[in-house]
Amino acid sequence: MSRSLKKTLFAAASAITAVTLTGGAVAFCGFYVGKADTKLFNKASKVAIMRDGNRTVMTMANDFQGELTEFATVIPVPVVLQEEQIHVTENAILDHLDAYTAPRLVEYFDEDPCVMYQRREMAMMPQAAMTLGSADKMRKKDSLGVTVEAEYTVGEYDIQILLADQSDGLATWLKQNGYKLPDGTEKVLASYIKQGTKFFVAKVNLEEQTATGLKYLRPLQIAFESPKFMLPIRLGTLNADGKQELFAFMLTRTGRVETTNYRTVKLPTGVDIPVYVKNDFGSFYKSMFEQQVEKENERAVFLEYAWDMNWCDPCAADPLSQDELRELGVYWVGGGGDKPGILPRRPMPQARDVYVTRLHISYDADHFPEDLMFKETNDRSNYQGRYVLRHAYKGDAQCDAAEQYRASLPKRFESEAQTLANLTGWDIDDIRDDMNETGQSFEEPKKDSWWKRLWGNDAKEG
Amino acid sequence: MALSMIKDPRIYQIVTLSGLLAFGWTAHAFEIDPIQFAAIVLASCSTQWLGSILIATRPDFKSPLITALSLTLLLRADAVWPLAAAAAIAIGSKFALRLGDKHIFNPANIGIVAMVLFTDAAWTTPGQWGTAVWFAALLAGAGLFVTYRSARFDVPLVFLGVYAALVFGRALWLGDPLAIPLLRLENGALIIFAFFMISDPKTSPDGAIARAAFAGGAALLAYLMIFNFYIADGLFYALAIMCLVRPLLEWADPAPHYRWGDPVAPLRGIRKQKPLTKNSVHPVPAE
Repeated sequence: MSRSLKKTLFAAASAITAVTLTGGAVAFCGFYVGKADTKLFNKASKVAIMRDGNRTVMTMANDFQGELTEFATVIPVPVVLQEEQIHVTENAILDHLDAYTAPRLVEYFDEDPCVMYQRREMAMMPQAAMTLGSADKMRKKDSLGVTVEAEYTVGEYDIQILLADQSDGLATWLKQNGYKLPDGTEKVLASYIKQGTKFFVAKVNLEEQTATGLKYLRPLQIAFESPKFMLPIRLGTLNADGKQELFAFMLTRTGRVETTNYRTVKLPTGVDIPVYVKNDFGSFYKSMFEQQVEKENERAVFLEYAWDMNWCDPCAADPLSQDELRELGVYWVGGGGDKPGILPRRPMPQARDVYVTRLHISYDADHFPEDLMFKETNDRSNYQGRYVLRHAYKGDAQCDAAEQYRASLPKRFESEAQTLANLTGWDIDDIRDDMNETGQSFEEPKKDSWWKRLWGNDAKEG
Repeated sequence: MALSMIKDPRIYQIVTLSGLLAFGWTAHAFEIDPIQFAAIVLASCSTQWLGSILIATRPDFKSPLITALSLTLLLRADAVWPLAAAAAIAIGSKFALRLGDKHIFNPANIGIVAMVLFTDAAWTTPGQWGTAVWFAALLAGAGLFVTYRSARFDVPLVFLGVYAALVFGRALWLGDPLAIPLLRLENGALIIFAFFMISDPKTSPDGAIARAAFAGGAALLAYLMIFNFYIADGLFYALAIMCLVRPLLEWADPAPHYRWGDPVAPLRGIRKQKPLTKNSVHPVPAE
């Protein structure tokens, strides 16, 4: 292919790699809430990491949107990868993991205050979607101190493993091969080279891609052993226009994963919010997330889910099957075991020692100058992002308890309004208006005067 | 008595660590269950009491309180028992693991190392401190230094100086922006460790040169473990290793043992230990 073709260094899990994103399309994945086409976070990428001791399997969603010939990605890796250490998997598995761990909206309906409590709950689950990608040919060069250590074709990808002595050599090599490098790339490459990092370059093999019959690129996977438990994000921040979103799903044996060089913060959860949020859970969640990012001075990593993979409550989606887990690198579970379609709400008898942590990071170079360094803790307590709607009882209840119940509602609605305003930064008056329109009225119910209640019947007669 | 109370830097440490804990608590900077805190204090103090009875001395609860506060700030667990166990190991080690007339390990440090290394019930959270708490810890540490500069609080300065030099040196060598080493130093656990753990005069060498070697060695070991071997808890392992090496350093640079409230040993100061008097603040080696 001609060098004049504009190649774009793009981030497969742009966190890991992206050097430029000059293609018209913007990387997107992340999650949708309610309707599947509601895009919540732009420029988002997803990566799943299985980690056990030094063993690591990284699955990077390929969310490239644009011409296939424009796709290419550079991923810093700690070791030279052999062909068997590289794999291609299905989007559906990452989508499933995304859905299983997504923040959820639940609703409860107040019971007739005069009757026994009956509760129903409903989980609304976000879903995810994936996108497309593409790439082009490159030629290898030698005289620049860049060695093409190995070349493989895996699935629809042509892969090269590069070793470099000098960052300027590597930068020149990349430029000669048609990559556009933003300012500052050489410095970052130099830092990686001095730390003994290798570079994994992937592009699309058009023939193989056509043979798959798919219109998108599948996630790339790499398996390796390294004491480094980290995610390289520095290249990706170089020319990013504004902030990028990253969702990291950690699959471990021991417990929750957190970052050691940034603060990991649990998002507010379990709060009661006005019922009208049901119509637009997406904007609620996005506003709340942005508010929390601000609150932490834009420097925190957020925990969205941390749970034993055996169960969920409420379930936004089934836990992953053993086959799916194995595909993501969880080598210690047996394959072909269980079948999907069940919703285990309690720990299952044959526990599959898998703990999942979902981290959400909104980052740029100013606030996240260093790559994300992780640590697996022994914490196995469960956490989920869960937001609660409580529908007031609308039936015609007639008893003292009902009167008290109705009198208590305005206070409860006010507290929900304030919670929502605090979490999202939305205007409290707008919230109250929306609540009034959707049947959550702040007006005190009309009450008979105390003397009427005392002598009501007598007075009529008298 | 009042004067000796003020002279004893442990009072200052207890006050500032409690303040830090209260601040972190109210600012929701870290999650600490009050029951866990109570269990740590109870386990520390009761172990101290038991140990004192066994060696027939009057128990002093200042040291176990500092250990309890450090453990509360630095160690996490889902349950109560791992934290109580860490406290018991910490204080128990002062009585059980001794060489000559000093205990070998820094109490809170060995409590953390034992639980992290040998159980899977507890963990440390090196990154979980917001800037505000970090700054408060730094102020508390600086205050400690200013107030007790006459005592041997050169250890945190040597430790932080060497560690910072290594982290900045690494960034310069790699050509990284200075925001990266600053990010690494803006770590609450590091500051607490430097000012309230490794600084413990009872488990650092008495000679000034040996003390500098001890603090510098710990910084170098911690740096190597964290940046070259990617061991997130390197800080704590480094101190435990240096405590094992300490007798060697003390042999090379002998000096009289520190007693709480003593002024610092002068550089190259090798002077005869004063005979203990009845009013000595800390006549018992087990504290």
